[in-house]
Amino acid sequence: MSEPTVYELSSEGRFSITFPTLDIPETKIPDDLLREDVPLPELSELDVIRHFTNLSRLNYSIDEGFYPLGSCTMKYNPRINEVTARNHGFANTHPFQPVETIQGNLAVMYILQEWLKEITGFVAASLQPAAGAQGEFVGSLMINAYHKSRNDNHRTNILIPDSAHGTNPATSNMSGFDIVNIPTDNRGNINLSALTEVCNKSTAGLMLTNPNTLGLFEENVLEINDIIHKAGGLVYGDGANLNALLGIVKPGELGFDIMHINLHKTFSTPHGGGGPGSGPVVVAKHLADFLPEPIVGIIEEGDDEIPPLYGFIYPKKSIGRMKSFHGHFSIIVRALTYLLMQGKDGLLEVSNHAVLNANYLMSLLKEDYTLPFDRICMHEFVLEGVWKDIEGIHALDIAKRLMDYGFHPPTNYFPLNVKEALMIEPTETESKQTLDRFVNAMLSIAKEAHETPDLLTKAPHNTPVKRLDEVKAAKDLILCCRVSDKRE
Amino acid sequence: MFIPHTDKERQAMLRTIGKDSIKDLFADIPESKRFPVLDLPEGISEMEAYKQMSMLASANNSCDEMISFLGAGAYHHYIPAAVDLLLLRGDFFTAYTPYQPEISQGTLQAIFEFQSLIANLTGMEVSNASHYDGATAAAETCISSYYHFRKKRANIIISPFIHPHYIETIKTYLQAIKEIEIRIPDISKPVDFKDSIRQLVDKNTALVMVQYPDFLGNILDYSSVSSFVHENGALFATVVYPMALGILKSPADMDADFIIGEGQSLGLPLNFGGPYLGFFTTRRELIRKISGRIVGETEDEDGKRGYVLTLTAREQHIRRGKATSNICTNQGLNALAVSIYLSLLGKKGLKEVAYQCYQKAHYTASQIERINGYKVLNEQDFFNEFVIQCPSDVMEIQNNLLEKGIIAGYNLESDYPTRKNQLLIAATEQNTREDIDFFVNSLREVTIV
Repeated sequence: MSEPTVYELSSEGRFSITFPTLDIPETKIPDDLLREDVPLPELSELDVIRHFTNLSRLNYSIDEGFYPLGSCTMKYNPRINEVTARNHGFANTHPFQPVETIQGNLAVMYILQEWLKEITGFVAASLQPAAGAQGEFVGSLMINAYHKSRNDNHRTNILIPDSAHGTNPATSNMSGFDIVNIPTDNRGNINLSALTEVCNKSTAGLMLTNPNTLGLFEENVLEINDIIHKAGGLVYGDGANLNALLGIVKPGELGFDIMHINLHKTFSTPHGGGGPGSGPVVVAKHLADFLPEPIVGIIEEGDDEIPPLYGFIYPKKSIGRMKSFHGHFSIIVRALTYLLMQGKDGLLEVSNHAVLNANYLMSLLKEDYTLPFDRICMHEFVLEGVWKDIEGIHALDIAKRLMDYGFHPPTNYFPLNVKEALMIEPTETESKQTLDRFVNAMLSIAKEAHETPDLLTKAPHNTPVKRLDEVKAAKDLILCCRVSDKRE
Repeated sequence: MFIPHTDKERQAMLRTIGKDSIKDLFADIPESKRFPVLDLPEGISEMEAYKQMSMLASANNSCDEMISFLGAGAYHHYIPAAVDLLLLRGDFFTAYTPYQPEISQGTLQAIFEFQSLIANLTGMEVSNASHYDGATAAAETCISSYYHFRKKRANIIISPFIHPHYIETIKTYLQAIKEIEIRIPDISKPVDFKDSIRQLVDKNTALVMVQYPDFLGNILDYSSVSSFVHENGALFATVVYPMALGILKSPADMDADFIIGEGQSLGLPLNFGGPYLGFFTTRRELIRKISGRIVGETEDEDGKRGYVLTLTAREQHIRRGKATSNICTNQGLNALAVSIYLSLLGKKGLKEVAYQCYQKAHYTASQIERINGYKVLNEQDFFNEFVIQCPSDVMEIQNNLLEKGIIAGYNLESDYPTRKNQLLIAATEQNTREDIDFFVNSLREVTIV
C-alpha cells in the first residue's frame, strides 16, 4: 500500500498548531481583498509526523548505506554541521540587519572566503552563488564581461570537452555563447590537436573539469591552459571534482582563471534530497573586479583587543547580483565548521583517501567489468555497464540490481563518451569493509548477468516500488493533488 | 577526520592497487605543482569547532535578542518545532537528488506534495519543484517567457515596485541575451503606475511582471493590467508573498500566467538571507516551457502508485546546449520544510497567521500615525508591511532605536532615491503588543521634531 498524500489524509475541521489570541484592536479587512477558502489540508500534528516519517523511510540515504554516485561526492555529512548551522545567533539573523549586529555572520563568510582562496590558489572569492550550476553561470558571465571590458567583442565561442557535465553547455547557452565540442583522446585527456585547431580569436574560453568526469587528471592541463591563454581566452574550472585535489594541487597554480566550488560535495554539507547546495566562485586577480556582488571584506583592521570590522564590498565591474541577499549562509556555516575541524592536514588526508578508495575499487572491478581508460584514477572512475558476450543487459539493469544488494547505484549513462557508463565515486569516508561488500555485490551481479540475466532486467525486487512508468508520467502529467482527492 | 582507515587497511589496499604509497597515485599531476603548502591552521576537535562557531554566532545580535520590524523580502515568522525535527531525519537530508525513483519515493512524494500545496495556495494549475529563491524564480520566468515566444517578443516590463534584489537579479540573468530589453516604468514622474505599465506594453512585449503585495506593501488589484497585457498577446507574472495568500485573494483571480515568489515565510528560518526557496507556478499549457525540476505521478510494473521526475527532456542533462536554463537542483530540503509547515498549519493555521500579520501591521501603523510628524504613506490597503515618512534623519532614528534593541525597518532611500527618511516597516505574528508599544514609544522618544 502506498503512503497517502497529505490531501488524502486530510479530515475536515482537524487542526494542529494554534497561535496566541490577538490582544490588539482589530481592523476590518475589506471584503473585496479576501479570498474565500485556503485549500490546504487539515491534519493533526501526529498525522504530519507519521506521514513524513513514513515518507522518509521510502528513501535511500548516506545514513543508510554506501552511495557511490559519481560526480556527486556523497561523503558523510557530519552532525556537528547541523548543530552549528542551527545556532540561533546565526539562524535568526535577518539579511538586512545593520552591519554592527551581524559581525559574526560576516566573519564566517570572510573566513570561508580566505580558506577557499588558499585551498584553490586563487586571490578573490564570492560566496553568493546558490549552487554549482549558478557558480558556472557566474563564471561564464564573468568571461563575457572580461572580454567586453577590453573591447574584445568578437569572442563568441566556448570550448567544452565531450565528457563535460550537461550544465556546462546549458550555462554557455544562457550566457549567449556558441558551443564548440572538443573530443577526448585515447588516454581520456582532451584531444590537444583538436583543441589547437579550434582555438582562435573567437574563443572566449574553455570550460574544463579536472579531474575530468572520467575521474582522470588531465595530464596536459598546463599546455591546455597555455593554448587557451595564448589565443586570448580564459579557462573556467568546473570544481565538481575538487574532492580529489585538496592539498594535492591548487587549480589556481595550474593556470585556471575561475573555478566554482560545491560546498555540498567537497565540504560535506548535506545534499538534502537535491538542494540547497552552495556554489562559491574563486578567481584569479584579473577577474576579481567582476565578481558577483556583494562579497565580504574588512572595512577597518582590528588589533589585539578589537576585532576587525567586517562589511560588504561591491566589486567595481561586478556582473551583478545572482540572487537576493548574501548567498546560502547556513550552508556556508556548515562548510566552515567542517573546514575548521579538518585543518590543512585533514584536507590532504581527505583527498588522499578519496583517491585511495577509488583506485582500490577500480583494481578489484576491472577484471569483471570493462574499464575503457586503464590508468590510475583520481577520486572516481568509469566502467562500461555492458558485456560483449551478453545481449540485452544494460548499465541501467546493473544499477537497479545493486539496489537489491542494499547499495545506491553509481551514476549511469554519464559521461556520454563512455558507452553504458557506470561512474563510481566512493569518497574518503567509506571503510575498506564497505568497499569490499560493494565489490562482492558487483562481482555477483556480473555473474548473474551471465547466468540468470532476468534477475537484472527485472530488478529491483526488494524496493518500495518497482521500475516506474516514466512514459505514463509524462503523458498523464499528474503534477499535483487537490482537496477533492480526499479518500473516504 | 571522518576517515575510517587504519594503517593496516591502508597497506592492504595499496597492495591490491600495486602501489607503495598513496603519493604514487598522484603521478599524473605536474610535479612542480604537486603537494603545495596550505597556509591554514591545524585541524581541531568537534568540541573546539563547536565553541569557535558559537563564539562567532554570539558576535551577532539576532532577531531573538532584539525586536525586529524588518521585512523587505524576508520575514520572521514562527516555525513549529516539528518542522526542523522532521528535516533532521537522515533519510531526508543525506539523500541525493531522486534520480533513482525506486529508492527515492520519500523525496519524490514530498516534492509532489510541495507542488500540490503551492498550486493550491496560489490557485494555479501547476508548480515546479522550486528554484533557488524568489529572485531567481523571477529571472527564470523572464527567460521562459522570452523562449515561449520563440525569441520573437523581446521586451520585458518590470514593475519598479518589485523587490530591488529581484530586479538586479533579473538584469544579471538577462545580461548576455542581447536581444532582450528590460523596461521599468519611470516613477520619478507622478503618473499612475498602472497607466505607466500600459504605456510600455506593445506587440514586442513578452512579459509584464508585478508584485503582490508590492515592495512597499500595497495590495493592488492588477486585473485591468492583466487583461491589457493579454489583449496585447503577452504574458503576465506576479511575484507574491505567499503568507499573504492565507487571507488575500490570489493573483490567479487576476488571470496571472505565472505566480512566483519567495517561500521563506512558509517555514524557513531567516538564516541571514539563505538558503530560501523560489516557488514557481504557471498554467498547465505552459508547463513544457518552464525550467526547473518537476515530479509527476505514475505507476510501477505492478500498478502501484509512485512518483518520478518528469518532463526531463527540458533539462540540461538531456538538452545540454539547447537547454534554456542550467538549473540541476531544486531547493529539496527547503521544499520539504515548506510542505511540512503548510501541512501543520493547514487551512486554519495559515489563515490565522496571515490574519495576525495583517492586524499587527495595522495596529503598528495606526500607533505610529499618532506620533507627531509621522505619516503612513500607503495609498492602498497593505498586508503586513507599510511605509512611514519620518520627520527627521532616518539613519539617526534607526541608530537610536538600535541602542534600545529595536531594528526599525528598512531604509528605502538606497533603492528609491526620492524616498528620503522613509522606512519600510513589517510586522508578523511574532511581534507582541508589548513589542509594538515599546517600538512606538521609543520612536516617539528618539524623534526630535
